[in-house]
Amino acid sequence: MKIAVCVKHVPEQARKIDPGTKRLDRSGEGAINPFDVHAVEEALRIKEKQGGEVLIVTMGPTGAQDSVRKALAMGADEALMITDDAAAGSDLVATTNALAAALEKEGADLIMFGQQAGDSDGAVLWAAVADRLRLPVISQVAELEVSDGKARGKRQTEFGYDVIEAPTPAVLAVSDAINEPRYPSLKGIMGARSKPQRTVSLSELGVEGDGMGEAGSKTTVEALSDPPPRGDTVKIEDDGSAAATIVDFIAERKLI
Amino acid sequence: MRPAEFAPPFDAREYVAGPTDAPEERIDVGVLIVGAGPAGLACAIRLGQLLEESPETAARLGEVPVAVLEKGKAVGAHSLSGAVVNPRALRRLFGDRARIEEMPFYGPVEQESVYFLTPRSALRIPTPPTMKNDGNYVASLSELTRWLAGKAEEGGAYILPETAAEKLLVDGGRVVGIRSGDKGRGKDGEALPNFEPGSDVTAKLTVLSEGTQGHLTGVALDRFGLSGENPQVWALGVKEIWKVAKPLDRVIHTMGWPLRGGRRYREFGGSFIYPMGDDMVTLGMVVGLDYRDAELSVHDLLQELKTHKVVRRILEGGERIGWGAKTIPEGGFVAVPRRMHAPGLLITGDGAGLVNVPALKGIHYAIESGRLAAETAFAALQRGRTAWTPGALAGYDEAIRDTFIWDDLKRVRNMRQAFGKGFWIGGAMAGAMTASFGKFPPGNAKTEPDADHELISTARASKYPMPDGKLTFDKLSSVFLSGNKTRDDAPNHIKIRTDVPREVALMWERMCPAQVYEAKEEGVEVTPSNCVQCGAITAKGGRLTPPEGGAGPEYKLT
Amino acid sequence: MATLVFLEHHENELLKPSLGVLSKAAGLGGEVTGVVLGSRVGDLGAQAGKFGAGKVLVVDKPELQAPLPQPRVDALASIVRDRGFDTVLFAASVLSADVAAGLSARLQAGLNWDLTDLVQQDGGLVGKRPALGDSVMVDVGWTSEPRLALIRAGSFDPKETGGEAEVEQVDAQFEDFSTKATMVEQAHAESEGPSIEDADIIVAGGRGLGAAENFKLVEELAQALGGAVAATRAVVDSGWYPYATQVGQTGKTVSPKLYIACGISGAIQHKVGMQGSGIIVAINKDPNAPIFEYSDLGVVGDLNEIVPKLTELVRSRKS
Repeated sequence: MKIAVCVKHVPEQARKIDPGTKRLDRSGEGAINPFDVHAVEEALRIKEKQGGEVLIVTMGPTGAQDSVRKALAMGADEALMITDDAAAGSDLVATTNALAAALEKEGADLIMFGQQAGDSDGAVLWAAVADRLRLPVISQVAELEVSDGKARGKRQTEFGYDVIEAPTPAVLAVSDAINEPRYPSLKGIMGARSKPQRTVSLSELGVEGDGMGEAGSKTTVEALSDPPPRGDTVKIEDDGSAAATIVDFIAERKLI
Repeated sequence: MRPAEFAPPFDAREYVAGPTDAPEERIDVGVLIVGAGPAGLACAIRLGQLLEESPETAARLGEVPVAVLEKGKAVGAHSLSGAVVNPRALRRLFGDRARIEEMPFYGPVEQESVYFLTPRSALRIPTPPTMKNDGNYVASLSELTRWLAGKAEEGGAYILPETAAEKLLVDGGRVVGIRSGDKGRGKDGEALPNFEPGSDVTAKLTVLSEGTQGHLTGVALDRFGLSGENPQVWALGVKEIWKVAKPLDRVIHTMGWPLRGGRRYREFGGSFIYPMGDDMVTLGMVVGLDYRDAELSVHDLLQELKTHKVVRRILEGGERIGWGAKTIPEGGFVAVPRRMHAPGLLITGDGAGLVNVPALKGIHYAIESGRLAAETAFAALQRGRTAWTPGALAGYDEAIRDTFIWDDLKRVRNMRQAFGKGFWIGGAMAGAMTASFGKFPPGNAKTEPDADHELISTARASKYPMPDGKLTFDKLSSVFLSGNKTRDDAPNHIKIRTDVPREVALMWERMCPAQVYEAKEEGVEVTPSNCVQCGAITAKGGRLTPPEGGAGPEYKLT
Repeated sequence: MATLVFLEHHENELLKPSLGVLSKAAGLGGEVTGVVLGSRVGDLGAQAGKFGAGKVLVVDKPELQAPLPQPRVDALASIVRDRGFDTVLFAASVLSADVAAGLSARLQAGLNWDLTDLVQQDGGLVGKRPALGDSVMVDVGWTSEPRLALIRAGSFDPKETGGEAEVEQVDAQFEDFSTKATMVEQAHAESEGPSIEDADIIVAGGRGLGAAENFKLVEELAQALGGAVAATRAVVDSGWYPYATQVGQTGKTVSPKLYIACGISGAIQHKVGMQGSGIIVAINKDPNAPIFEYSDLGVVGDLNEIVPKLTELVRSRKS
């Protein structure tokens, strides 16, 4: 079974938006998106049960090497990095097109994503990639069962739990409730360096040009501002009527 | 009452063991360096240079000739200093392979001033000769180590972050490596579902570059009887980094307020304020941990310092963007171990107490000692030799004694202790020492353990400012700013007696910049996940050991 | 402007967040069309007229019976292409996020998500969204049409304008890959209270409760309000409540509509886990507790007195 896991390198404590470009200031140190670590872990568990290999796929600047190494240290077998300056600032559509082009050639049985990007980019990538690859998708998976030719995922929605099944090859996005990721062993960390890591450019994927990068983005970031202030905070001292005041307060706001 | 009366439940011998993993499970490297700080990375860089010119030696060191272990989440995550760096050792390390202009410095020191502060004024005093900084550069040690790590990796070193060195592997009296710490244990030490045991990492030579209060350094000093007559003593430094509206044009040091000069208080230290480029400033408060007042809190003294009109003006319109804390070894010459090596082991940098206190310099000594450790290692691992042969590593100690490190430390050897007699006498003696190039006073002063001083209680805490969230800040928000995200269900890595009298508990509560200790009705409560691993507790009656690799602060600009 | 609004439904009712988006779209002007996708949806389409839709398209096919995204992408893609909508809006949900993303790929159209507001500005449509843990607001736009947007659930309230919509039944063709995923078991309302990640109302307890037994006060209030119970790090460290309920930097991040903090000082480690909450009410006996700086209603008082009274009042109001 071949499992491809798409990981994203995100700024560590993304605390700043670069006022010049208005994009997240990614110049600081970064790390693998914590949600993607759950996807890597799940892929490794499937591999351990059923055999196969785990391929890590990422699109990002050369700093993404660290995230890839972490996944390799956990036990993934090889990595494919789409590294191209022209890709910087790519929007959802461009990122989807590039990832799909790369994944198409890999012939994976399962393509996995972590459910949420900590830096709020690519928060919905899996469904877009699934559409591009013309594959079924199951998202928010909190419990996964993979058996001959099919994947069954239990996921939580606003209404409770669904159980969805799809034949492989399929795209899956796993939530952080699915597992507790392992710590890479020291041997794993040291061995990561020598595992195969391929890089590929946008032109090799046939997706360069139109649509790629900041210039090709179909969405824009216009301006930054402070969030609307919380409004006047009201502070009172209890004189026996505080409970009633609270109830009125929340009732006024239609919260009960 | 003295904190030393409540010794922690810690036995260094528990951290010495032979390898227990099966031989094929062990990780074998050539030279193992513990700590990716300036000393460890300088060692790795120099080894890379030497091995490049000597492929046969490199081949003999195996698949991984040089490995550097780092307990922080990433290189630089636990590195903190002022700092104004003397580039001398960097020049010796790199030769013409790298120029100062390429290094991440914030510019040469252009102007400097020293002030004696009172609550409402700042008296400029002439810069003491030991503190002159011409030719030195302002730096963030965290950034500098990241840059050094890049150079070390270019030279072939493997750097392994998130890896704590928990035990010293000793076999037949020889140091053969270290055992890394377990990961995935719960609060009571139980194995959690993702438990990952540590590994034996064996090496032909182990270099300890753990910095201040190094865990295995302390273990090794004990195991091999390396300590000298005088115990090490420490100061605690708490610093912040600010984005500022107006550039600061000089390096500033202050003495006096908010510290008290009287002999009974033993409050030795001062503050530093350094420009980092045009739009940032770093400032910190450093106080010797031999202070006696149980209400002393270095973090709060820093907050108080910021309310002084001179400091307020510098920070006006600015925003706090970083915070951190770390101890500095202050014993100087007399507290350096009598031997800095053992069979298969070398000790470098702050771990060996190589810090010039009056000049506030230790980084360039760390780098130089790391470089000398590499040269000693290289010589000891030539064909037909090992690092365990008696005398193989003695050259290291000799080399240290031959360099500027030794001359510098000797010249200022009695200065810190003089200040133990109070600021004014200390100041006079310091002047005399400088003028005589260390010949006066003759002999060597002694040091006493920080925890041995009798505690007193004044109402000092009543003067600390209430945090306003703009200029002054509380400890918890500061811990947050350090990037500390240590998981809450980790085992307690601080060895400490919790059934202590209230006075000691209150002293710890104030002492700790990260609010780890809280005095309760009975005893003390410990919240280890706040810990930024500064090491103060080890000086004052407890013992810090490394928590799970990757835990602790994630410093970026300190 | 020709806007299409995705109307999600469950158990034969149009969902409030979708109707909120519909009302908002009506306010922005232009033609507003709602679209209902499902199987045997009856007269759901007609209901949308009351909230501002001029027209409602209904795609009623067995393939759309289960709330799965991919067949919906097929149906919407042809509708958008054939009818030339320039804007497509979704109230964010587990389902709609996947639909919007799939549609974005299918139409190669720009998608902005997590929007909390939409305005006409400088002749174009501008979305507003929080970023960096709700600490900054960002204006976002589109460079081409159609413009797709996912709007944070609950950002807009439905406004009944009492209109009537023209309902049109539309057919759809499905790609073979779209129907490969099948619903084996479908979710229904849970009997237990909501988990803290999904809850609209959270009552959280901190050190100020004093002892583990006092968590009962928090539980009873949560139950009366139909919300979930959360705890702070200090409380979890002391073993009073499980780690799964911990809110904060090293626990969970929540953003319910209402967050009632009982005996919580509100240090930043806790704040970052709940600062995105709609309304924050804090009860603490320490007037200097940091939580009062960012709560909407702060009550300085004894929670042992206030919380039980509050629970009673809530119960009586509800009945």
